[in-house]
Amino acid sequence: MGKRYEICLSGSGGQGLILAGIILAEAAGVYESKYVAQTQSYGPEARGGASKAEVVISDEEIDYPMATRLDLLLAMNQKSSDSFYFDLKPEGTLVVDSTFVTQTPTTKAVCIPFTEIARKELGREMVANIIALAALATLTKVVSLKSLEAAVLARVPKGTEELNRKALQLGSKAAKAILKERKPESIQGHGPDHEDTAYE
Amino acid sequence: MAEITKLVHKYLRHDKKFPHVWCPGCGNGIVLGAMIRAIDRLAYRKDDIVMVSGIGCSGRLPVYVDFNTLHTTHGRALTFATGVKLAKPELKVIVVMGDGDATAIGGNHFIHAARRNINLTAIIINNNIYGMTGGQYSPTTPYGMKASTAPYRNIEHAFNIAELAVTAGAVFVGRGTVYHARLLDKLIEKAFVKRGFGVVEVITHCHTQYGRRNRMGDAVAMMKWQKEHAVRVEKSADMSEEELRDKFTIGVLVDRELPIYTEQYALVREQATENLPRSH
Amino acid sequence: MKPSLVSSKQQVIRSQNPESRSDTAQGARHKEYIGQRVSFGPEPYAFAKGELMARKGKKKPRLLQGNEAIVEGALAAGCSFFAGYPITPASEISEILAYRLPQVEGTFIQMEDEIASLGAVIGASLAGAKSMTATSGPGFSLMQENLGFACVAEVPCVIVNVMRGGPSTGLPTNPSQGDVMQARWGTHGDHPIIVLAPSTVRDSFDITVKAFNFSERYRTPVIVLSDEVVAHTRETVVLPDPDEIEVLDRIRPSMPPEWYIPYEDTSSGVPAMGIFGDGYRYHVTGLIHDIRGFPTARTDEIEPFMRRLFRKINQSFHDIQIVNHFMTEDAELIVIAYGSVARSARRAVLDARDKGVKAGLLHLVTLYPFPRRDVMATIRDARVVLVPEMNMGQISREVKRVNEGMSQVATLNRIDGCMITPQEIYDWLIKEA
Repeated sequence: MGKRYEICLSGSGGQGLILAGIILAEAAGVYESKYVAQTQSYGPEARGGASKAEVVISDEEIDYPMATRLDLLLAMNQKSSDSFYFDLKPEGTLVVDSTFVTQTPTTKAVCIPFTEIARKELGREMVANIIALAALATLTKVVSLKSLEAAVLARVPKGTEELNRKALQLGSKAAKAILKERKPESIQGHGPDHEDTAYE
Repeated sequence: MAEITKLVHKYLRHDKKFPHVWCPGCGNGIVLGAMIRAIDRLAYRKDDIVMVSGIGCSGRLPVYVDFNTLHTTHGRALTFATGVKLAKPELKVIVVMGDGDATAIGGNHFIHAARRNINLTAIIINNNIYGMTGGQYSPTTPYGMKASTAPYRNIEHAFNIAELAVTAGAVFVGRGTVYHARLLDKLIEKAFVKRGFGVVEVITHCHTQYGRRNRMGDAVAMMKWQKEHAVRVEKSADMSEEELRDKFTIGVLVDRELPIYTEQYALVREQATENLPRSH
Repeated sequence: MKPSLVSSKQQVIRSQNPESRSDTAQGARHKEYIGQRVSFGPEPYAFAKGELMARKGKKKPRLLQGNEAIVEGALAAGCSFFAGYPITPASEISEILAYRLPQVEGTFIQMEDEIASLGAVIGASLAGAKSMTATSGPGFSLMQENLGFACVAEVPCVIVNVMRGGPSTGLPTNPSQGDVMQARWGTHGDHPIIVLAPSTVRDSFDITVKAFNFSERYRTPVIVLSDEVVAHTRETVVLPDPDEIEVLDRIRPSMPPEWYIPYEDTSSGVPAMGIFGDGYRYHVTGLIHDIRGFPTARTDEIEPFMRRLFRKINQSFHDIQIVNHFMTEDAELIVIAYGSVARSARRAVLDARDKGVKAGLLHLVTLYPFPRRDVMATIRDARVVLVPEMNMGQISREVKRVNEGMSQVATLNRIDGCMITPQEIYDWLIKEA
């Protein structure tokens, strides 16, 4: 299963994690022609309950569609950081929204205040998920920023394209700042490599 | 007589193994006759009529007539009819149900068909009892009366089918009896012509199951009871509550206009295709 | 795992001979040839190759959920009527069809319950529309009544049951395979039924097309038994073009109406079907009926009718029974799986093969009529057979019945609302090896 890359986007309902999962899967599957499987689990609550989207990206056909050993975990609240950290591979990457996650289970965790950035810079908390996606792509190169942008713009409501473009730029910028101060090896495993030129 | 013979030959199925299942003296034949006369007057094509029924004595009605006929499961006639009508709105869909059929097991379907205003006609033959299964009490068995499952007395209160239909949103509601045969002819014809969900409740007798248990006499005596207890809607307006206490109204209870489902759906289709690319 | 209606070979033929699409005699013959080949053939991984073609820029893949693929399959098969009632995890099918059907002159209606939904579907089918409903366990329970009607009155229709945990309200957002026996025997009385189970998104498309074709060809309700995992997993798929899909319609009467005998026996056992309004007036009933459609109590009419109902399905088993073999030729350990569990089973078999274990997978696409011959032939030479299921053992009962003591049949059951993992099956394979 070496070519398999497993991602979990977790948090609470209303944070747009399932949409983020769909966008990530589309970026990899439609725009980069990789095999993808995207699943989710959620409670009966439309807002506020636990929410989790999983994306498996592979160079070969995917049989078991769910994540088992995570390569990448995004935790958008404390509870999901605490619960899903144990599914992460030892060499996996943990990214948390430090707006809500105050205690990280590992010092290797990448802490970016996605929701705070969204609120302060764009005045819209709802794009925190897009900021996070751009940060994940920048940190791990799991998909190229170009594919991600194409996937984001294809899915978001008309009229919000500019807002989402800005969100992508902010996420990428925040991740680059992290990469500058820390060596990539200190935070991540082996994400697929890309020739990435967007936002340079 | 000659007229009746003509209609019998024109509309009854010759390949159906008669005799029918109904008891001698049953009112169902009168209802069937009224429907056939209305269809003949309106000159509907036999191919264009779909007659749908549920289960019970009334459920056997369509089998005798030469239309597209559909004998469904208990209480579900309106659901099948809804599918037929939506798939082919040009067909004239007539649904025949009994009181148990339409208001007990099919009660939910009945109020929702009325609410949607599906363009079809529902004829509900109300004999206050489950006749075919052996005289068990139905939602229209009056309080205090006896039935095979109410051997002491019925302690439930009866539905008023026509008023239920009015409240649920039917655009045409009439009530008749098998005694008032001419009125029934008119009511059924009006319901057929009416665009939208039309209901005719037909008060009839089941002397075999209901009348026998409640000492109401034979078919003739029970029809006489209908004559004595029915009051024209127009006349009832001037009557006191006390005068109307053991009476029921007959005639047109409601005749109104509301948006019709099939027509509304045609508009939805237009709306849905407005912005579609024409490339195909 | 990913059977395709159109194998990649056919796609290549098509792309090399674009003129074959024309309506010339040669083109028609070619089309016929393709029509014959269109089946869940011996090439279950055609999709993978289709995907490779897509990578070369021929056709862009789409990211679809299993439920979305069911909608695409239904529309490709000519579905023009849907009636349903909201229920997790099947609601997406309703939602998308509510949007799509009016665009193609079709009709969507949300009914007051699932009993009404299947009633409306049967009514619409009798009026000539290819009709479908979709639900999950609790709604499927309500549909059993009218499912029997569709069997006895021989009305084509497709019923999608996206299985969730049961019984009763159960586990609305968790997968299960607990409705297999209900799909087979849920409605009362003896009756034959066709049940198909998708395991991937692409499957969901192909099997829905097949379901409509079977329902029309055999005048019978067909149940698509999906599960929450298949329904909600999103995968990239390349769907075939409309002209690459075989679509069958019911046989309509061609004789003058006065000669029409609506339930006449034929060699196929499937009588021609008149449509309400087209001049063939006849009687449709849920009562056992004679060849003219009228209720009967004559023993010499009841038995031939019932026998024909079974014969029309059973004698066409070669057409209806679809299975996929994966590394079964030399396998000593056979896994028999269906639905989403077949995905885990395939991974486990591959991993076990890596360890030198002779494992194989028999993936059942058709659950009923139970593919007895395929199962028998496959397990005859196996040492041990494992049937992993997300229930207490429903298909394993069928496997044991067919096995008749030839091989050892083991079960692996999970009823906690979670999918069986490859690891669980792999561990068993390693232990048994």
